[in-house]
Amino acid sequence: MEQYGYTDLPALMTRLTGDEKHDWSSASTLDVLWVLYDRVLGADDRFLLSKGHGPAAYYAVLAAKGFVPVEALDDFGSFESILGYHPDRKLVPGVEISSGSLGHGLPLAVGVALAGRRTFVLVGDGELDEGSNWEAVQYAGRIGLENLTTVVVDNHTATYGWPGGIEARFALEGWHAERVDGRDHDALERALSEPGGPRCVVAEISR
Amino acid sequence: MSSMRTRFYRTTAQALADDDRVAAVFAAIGIGEMPAHPRLHDVGIREQLMIGVTAGLALEGYRVVAHSYTPFLVERPYEQIKLDLGHNDVGAILVSTGASYDASTSGRTHQSPADVALLSALTGWTIDVPGHPDELERALAQALAGDGRVYIRLSEETNVAAANGEHLNVLRRGSDDAPFVVAVGPSLSPTLAATADLDVTVAYLSRVRPFDAAGLAAALTGTDVVLVEPYLAGTSSAEIARSLADRPHRLLALGVENVELRRYGTREEHRRAHGLDAEGIRTSIERFTRSASSVAA
Repeated sequence: MEQYGYTDLPALMTRLTGDEKHDWSSASTLDVLWVLYDRVLGADDRFLLSKGHGPAAYYAVLAAKGFVPVEALDDFGSFESILGYHPDRKLVPGVEISSGSLGHGLPLAVGVALAGRRTFVLVGDGELDEGSNWEAVQYAGRIGLENLTTVVVDNHTATYGWPGGIEARFALEGWHAERVDGRDHDALERALSEPGGPRCVVAEISR
Repeated sequence: MSSMRTRFYRTTAQALADDDRVAAVFAAIGIGEMPAHPRLHDVGIREQLMIGVTAGLALEGYRVVAHSYTPFLVERPYEQIKLDLGHNDVGAILVSTGASYDASTSGRTHQSPADVALLSALTGWTIDVPGHPDELERALAQALAGDGRVYIRLSEETNVAAANGEHLNVLRRGSDDAPFVVAVGPSLSPTLAATADLDVTVAYLSRVRPFDAAGLAAALTGTDVVLVEPYLAGTSSAEIARSLADRPHRLLALGVENVELRRYGTREEHRRAHGLDAEGIRTSIERFTRSASSVAA
């Protein structure tokens, strides 16, 4: 199988055709996704993409890592394609949850973590407007769900912002929370590999 | 005879003790009735989370029981039921308590007559409406042994005796042309009382989805069908229409009226207000039969 690296991702993403509307959203997750799949996730771990909007970067990483045939990128969004604008776990190898409706992944991740899995879930700062997330944040914090890590890609799209910072809100609920440069692979790797949880890693993406 | 709720808590606690595959997720309601167990998770009054956690555990292979009051189990987290369970295509057992108007003094906030209709609109649900605690126990045991999506609707209303309603079960035969009355779950006892001296066939059904279309098509000898459901009137009308699409028929669908009643009082008063007590059912059937006679004339 051909080996792909980080520098191949832009080319893989350009193979995704159609009128995908979430270019910015997709690009904002690229580095976090790569670091997770290239450096952090083990065979027994679970990664849940909650922010299903703009999945181009996700599909590119899955293709680079051999989950999805690279050729599948070419008919993105077509009737026969396995790759839609929101991922479907029944269609896409390697996809753990079907997502697209915001605010579902973090509660699902709590369940997966309760089952004993080391679990990572990626949400967006805009997605955190959905109240369902906070039910999960509160509960996971209170019960000290150690094997759960939430990565918040913060590209500052929340309608009313998060005064005081997203990490402060997670910390208030009992999470270990920190903000790192969302383009810095070493910083992301270190933050995502820290033991003890629940952990919140806010990946800052400057617009 | 213990109530359905009591039987549910006891059976679920036993399943947790006996089967490592079983987990349960509660949202405060009912947690005081359960012995503590490492796989019994109380998320507090967070019903969206309850369904999300249920689905997450199911993704990892657990057979999960989620439980709350009907409106908070079915209506509030409806999108989680649709997506987290349905779209992700994992199984779970949702067990509600409260039925349509068990909380008669609590008003509309605690009443959910549309629950079966809502879940019927989603894909792949088995829906059990037991009419007796023994039926609940059997339905729950079947659900625990399986891996599909199952909704079990508990009720404070129960029939005098248990019956088997997994398939359409004809309990009393009238003449060939007599109305064919299908009583669902706890509607059976008032239906039998209403029709004791009428020329009708009475059949019982507790598993309403998948609907036993073949059973109805095979058992019906006349043209008139009366459906008595303890939830929103007409919930199974489309199922009956589909099963009888190849023959002329008439349908009277009785159930909880789609109204804002704005009344408190007792369950019995609510049942009467919706025409679901024996007198109301009898009156409706007699009017239905007379209307057929006038059409024929």
